[in-house]
Amino acid sequence: MKRFFQRDGVAYQASLLGVVALVASAALALAAHHTRAPIAAAEARDLEASLSQVLPTDFSDNALATDTLLLTDADGAPVKVYRARKGGQVRGVIYQVTGKGYAGPIAIVMGVDRDGTILGVRVTKHSETPGLGDKVDAAKSDWVLGFSGKSLAEPQPARWAVKKDGGEFDQFTGATITPRAVVKAVKQGLTFFASHRAELVDDGPLTTRSAAR
Amino acid sequence: MNGSWYGLLRDGVWGNNVVLVQLLAMCPTMALTSTATNGLGMGLATTAVLAVSNSLVASIRHWVSPDVRIPVFVVLIATLVTLVDLGLNAWLHDLYKVLGLFIALIVVNCAILGRAEAFASKSPVGASFVDGFATGLGFTFALTLIGGVREILGSGTLFSGARLLLGPAFARLELIVIPDYKGFLLMVLPPGGFLVLGFLLAGKRILEGWRQRRDAALTTSVPGLPKAGAA
Repeated sequence: MKRFFQRDGVAYQASLLGVVALVASAALALAAHHTRAPIAAAEARDLEASLSQVLPTDFSDNALATDTLLLTDADGAPVKVYRARKGGQVRGVIYQVTGKGYAGPIAIVMGVDRDGTILGVRVTKHSETPGLGDKVDAAKSDWVLGFSGKSLAEPQPARWAVKKDGGEFDQFTGATITPRAVVKAVKQGLTFFASHRAELVDDGPLTTRSAAR
Repeated sequence: MNGSWYGLLRDGVWGNNVVLVQLLAMCPTMALTSTATNGLGMGLATTAVLAVSNSLVASIRHWVSPDVRIPVFVVLIATLVTLVDLGLNAWLHDLYKVLGLFIALIVVNCAILGRAEAFASKSPVGASFVDGFATGLGFTFALTLIGGVREILGSGTLFSGARLLLGPAFARLELIVIPDYKGFLLMVLPPGGFLVLGFLLAGKRILEGWRQRRDAALTTSVPGLPKAGAA
């Protein structure tokens, strides 16, 4: 019985594990509680920054991250649309489209103005081959900037493809699938804009969430 | 005491280097050495966690019974890494955006549990801290070296992205070593990590063989002198 409570006894070891687990959980719970607000704030700043990078400077004067609209795309998937306003009037919208890349989905954020002309496109998340497909990333190459100013009318819909497919946009040496996927996704994004234009550029009230702010 | 701490430092960085000698922590080594900056970032984050985890393990070593030490150390290290992850995300968010990927990977770094088990569970707090710090420095050194070689051969640059990790003052670290370089994809992809590590290991063996022969020559000429370079 005495051995039971000694350092190599079961009772000691069980309570030791219990105390360690308790202390660890308490530390984690405390840390999670105290970091929740700063982390949420930092992530909101990140979102705002990633949204505003597809807009020209001084394009909007509202809080992009909270002025949202929820629509469904052609496939029935929800699309969260962020509206860029100046003086209350919607000047453009920002939303995310997804391309089917070589190594998984490619997340693309695109900004479109009231007339359906692209303001900017950025690839925000991808897992394409480093050195080949990752040139769609604005940090690696200027390729993605080439979308600015394009629309469904310019170039013609048939020319919305990489050069290899008879289109307007460059492909990369050794990587055609990635730029092809991005071009296709951006074109779909423009089609989405065209079919929802009336709702998208409506100057209606802010979403309930931002109105409560 | 200082003499042995110097020995700990030397062992951690060179003589018993966690990557170049023990070949531990291969997962983060291969995954995060595509550039020198990534290697440096992972190394620094690991060094911080190692120093603290070693000190903590050493400070509770008398209460932890040998039968349950592994789960206790694992919980301790995982908690520590999660705390660092949360803290960085909340208060040093810009750094977190660069390092965030690495932090969670620290948990799977067997070198940390390895040092807790092999050293800190049997040593005083001060020495354990130094050992963790030295092991971390050695890890940082190896990762930055592998990353540097892979980056130069793979993309022709060195320390690209350093200003994101260390601040704008370090922008001058970012070098274009080979201008208009087409890139050598193999080096950027995982096989490049194994190749570079293999050549570095061979290089280290050659260097040490050379030093041992030199020391052997010294000891035979001056009898009674302790062997210096034996590690």
